[in-house]
Amino acid sequence: MTRTGLAPDQPVVREGDGPDLFSKFDPLIAMRENLLSEGQEDPFNLVMERVLSPTRAICNGRETILLGTYNYMGMTFDPEVIQAGEQALRDYGTGTTGSRVLNGTYTPHKDCENALREFYDMSGAMVFSTGYQANLGIISTIAGKGDYVILDIDSHASIWDGCKMGDAEVVPFKHNDVDALEKRLRRVPEGAGKLVVLEGVYSMLGDVAPLKEMVAIAKRHGAMVLVDEAHSMGFIGEHGRGVAEAQGVLEQVDFVIGTFSKSVGTVGGFCVSNHPKFEILRLVCRPYTFTASLPPSVMATAATSIRKLMRGSDRRAHLWENSRRLHAGLRELGFSLGTDEAQSAIIAVVMPDLERGAQMWGALLEEGLYVNLARPPATPANMTLLRCSLCAEHSEEDVQTILDMFAQAGRKTGII
Amino acid sequence: MDRAEIDTRIRSIIEPFNKAQTAIAEDTTFAGDLEFDSLTVMDFVAAIEDEFDIIISMNQQAEIETYGQLVDAVTRLKDRT
Ligand SMILES: Cc1ncc(COP(=O)(O)O)c(C=O)c1O
Repeated sequence: MTRTGLAPDQPVVREGDGPDLFSKFDPLIAMRENLLSEGQEDPFNLVMERVLSPTRAICNGRETILLGTYNYMGMTFDPEVIQAGEQALRDYGTGTTGSRVLNGTYTPHKDCENALREFYDMSGAMVFSTGYQANLGIISTIAGKGDYVILDIDSHASIWDGCKMGDAEVVPFKHNDVDALEKRLRRVPEGAGKLVVLEGVYSMLGDVAPLKEMVAIAKRHGAMVLVDEAHSMGFIGEHGRGVAEAQGVLEQVDFVIGTFSKSVGTVGGFCVSNHPKFEILRLVCRPYTFTASLPPSVMATAATSIRKLMRGSDRRAHLWENSRRLHAGLRELGFSLGTDEAQSAIIAVVMPDLERGAQMWGALLEEGLYVNLARPPATPANMTLLRCSLCAEHSEEDVQTILDMFAQAGRKTGII
Repeated sequence: MDRAEIDTRIRSIIEPFNKAQTAIAEDTTFAGDLEFDSLTVMDFVAAIEDEFDIIISMNQQAEIETYGQLVDAVTRLKDRT
């Protein structure tokens, strides 16, 4: 075969006539082309040209209110947090160029794990490069061959991928259904190890799990429990430890998974636990070991932010007020919402279909509002959702402006 | 419980899921012939699990493509209990 190179105008000639491995993506490519053919702006390709604050950015040259970030506590521009990051950049450089178990553990990594121990009041803390990797690593490592992972069917992709990467038997149960969980636990063969995987807040609809009942049932059946609290850290529960704390069952949870990419306002993931043998995971958990550690500046910003979140109770109250106000206002306008009342800082607006969801998304952006468009397979029951997530930095007036924008765009697109 | 009895019981469970009233044989496939999507599969598997008081893990589900394979799998799982 002669080399054709990759010059744009030359057809790519492949050896033999094997199938193009990309043909499996053709339906998705067609769907996107169809969606964008009417001049609709691509909802999955937006660029934030400048970011002015946790709640404002410039998109397409226009100032836009951000209502689709996970910046719940508005920590991204906190002066102390930025200061800590700048100092660490100067003191330790831009990156570690190595794994946590070799040359990639610096003082800020240890300090960040200590901040997590303080925040959760637990003995063990392990920082991963992302929350995705934390779920991937912990689930695939602790549930081995012959063990059973019992998980909610609406679990986050990182939980499913952790199951896929491991060797355990994977048993899903109907979303938030206590009886369905109990039945499956009862049917697990005698003597098999069991890990129940739950989330505090489910991020698509913003609904909360009945952890009190579920954790009690899991414990009654001798299962270990892992709870992903990605969307509750810092503002749910007395100390901001999440839904398990709010429902009084945190003591019985064996592993809490979390992320720095939401309330903490940077990037990274973690697992905290009181398990006496927790430390061994550093040597056996491949998504922890076989990847470079986070830059020390990220660790310094995370540690500073976590410690500030421990003292952030007045901002929590404001976030909750905003969430309730937005929920009530949207409902009054006639939108169909994912939950009957505000259960978290996520309010999901249900769209009739992807096409009209994308139109509404575009109309909101034109009004100067960014929300998150979610579509199957990420969403439950094949729903198309406009997901709004509030930030403690949104003012009361912001919420009113947001509601006005929803009213405008909703009428323009005929959704209300 | 023998295979024939399990077959009969699964046939009655399948009915409400078989929207197009497709005739069911041993080699009828769930994804192809019955056009089950992932949500239908979830509800259908849960109904089978409840009927026979068993677990069909995702790992086991991955091996089941046809109706006959499902009956075999349930027969095996019932034998074990
Ligand atoms: C429930 C849940 N778990 C884990 C993650 C992954 O977090 P990260 O962004 O740190 O990879 C997310 C975020 O997308 C999430 O929503």
